[in-house]
Amino acid sequence: MSKSEPKISNLNDLLAAAYRIEIDAVGRYNLLADQMETHNNPELVKVFRDLARAEGIHGEEIRRLAGDFDVAAHAETMAQFAQESPEEADLSLAHYLMTPWHALQLSLKGEERALAYFTSIVETAKDPKVKAMAAELVEEEAEHVNLVHKLLRRYPKPKDDWADDPDPPHPIE
Amino acid sequence: MQCPAPVYKQADFKSDVKPIWCPGCGDYHVLLSFTRAFAQLKLAPEEIAVISGIGCSSRIPAYTNCYGFHGVHGRSLALAAGLKVTRPDLTVVVASGDGDGYSIGGNHFLHACRRNIDMTYVVMDNHIYGMTKGQPSPTTEPEFDTALSPGGTGVRPFHPLVVALASGANFIARCFSGNPNETANVLAEAIRHPGFSFVEILSPCVTFRPDESKWKEQVHAAPVAATTDPGKAARRLMTDDGFNLGILYRGDRKPFQPASGASGYDLAQLERDFEQ
Repeated sequence: MSKSEPKISNLNDLLAAAYRIEIDAVGRYNLLADQMETHNNPELVKVFRDLARAEGIHGEEIRRLAGDFDVAAHAETMAQFAQESPEEADLSLAHYLMTPWHALQLSLKGEERALAYFTSIVETAKDPKVKAMAAELVEEEAEHVNLVHKLLRRYPKPKDDWADDPDPPHPIE
Repeated sequence: MQCPAPVYKQADFKSDVKPIWCPGCGDYHVLLSFTRAFAQLKLAPEEIAVISGIGCSSRIPAYTNCYGFHGVHGRSLALAAGLKVTRPDLTVVVASGDGDGYSIGGNHFLHACRRNIDMTYVVMDNHIYGMTKGQPSPTTEPEFDTALSPGGTGVRPFHPLVVALASGANFIARCFSGNPNETANVLAEAIRHPGFSFVEILSPCVTFRPDESKWKEQVHAAPVAATTDPGKAARRLMTDDGFNLGILYRGDRKPFQPASGASGYDLAQLERDFEQ
């Protein structure tokens, strides 16, 4: 983990980081849904909006776990991740002809990164409360990874020519 | 009782206009970097003006919630210079691409560096004219072979960072769009630095340069920290591989800012003259 990632000193820091991860993912999936809307790929609009909704629910669960502590405000002020937030899907991998399989691959990578992030906290945290909560979040993320794998069974890998466009954007003079 | 100053979040700098860039375009990340940098600087949207010319990258003012001006091709720096000398209180950020900025606006680039007005010039470089469907730009590699340039142009690419240094830019950096947080930090530094700051952002064009997806693996941090010595900077820039990232040069030239009313006119006087 990079040294400039959010510093987890106590339980509130961990919950804020977890909340930030989910909320950043909501923003990213909605951005991808907007892109697909602009480029007339309605199937993907639905997939990305559903993923955004799911991450929003996870965010709300973390907010509930935090009780009276204003986890959203703390998440806003705490240090940002050195690169992108673990569950933020890689924008550079988006394509206007992408399929649900591709969207779920992006999602899978995000969940795996979140899993790795919380696992690293379990391994390094000294505060037993932080360690226990991080372990709980590892279980949550493992469940999400399993869920994406299940969803992927519904959407087999597309053929190699998935990006072939019968009316491609040709270079013109 | 005085109201506390509002704290603006990244989302406050985004407009409701949805970008129409191709999915996968590096410019989406650049937009994120802009809004992150503005939030980091604790500026209000109305304290910032984003000025652009023409091209995919130049659509960015519409996607921010700041003042914006989508100008004519290659003239963003001229517009921005006029704005900054009349409204020095504004933070002026200029957005351009390699075609708009280095070809059509190439001459403005030289003189903007020379004048050293306190503004930040961001060029999203994808080595191609994307919006007009794939013509070679000043930074396209000579061997880039397409139907429009069979066998490649055979022309040596423009070296924007070296040109900026030789022309007098006071801050020079290179970023990669795929590292939006690092880019945001560099942009914030560029805006803070007095004088003309030039930030080149390598921003892949997924549609006409799918080969640029490999940039993700090619970019790397510059091996040494930024220098304040233009001689050293010139040597480093001339010998780098085009993928060194970070702040590469910080100058200490005094920014150019004419005294208010030095022309003998003020804005109200100009308005009265137009009305007559």
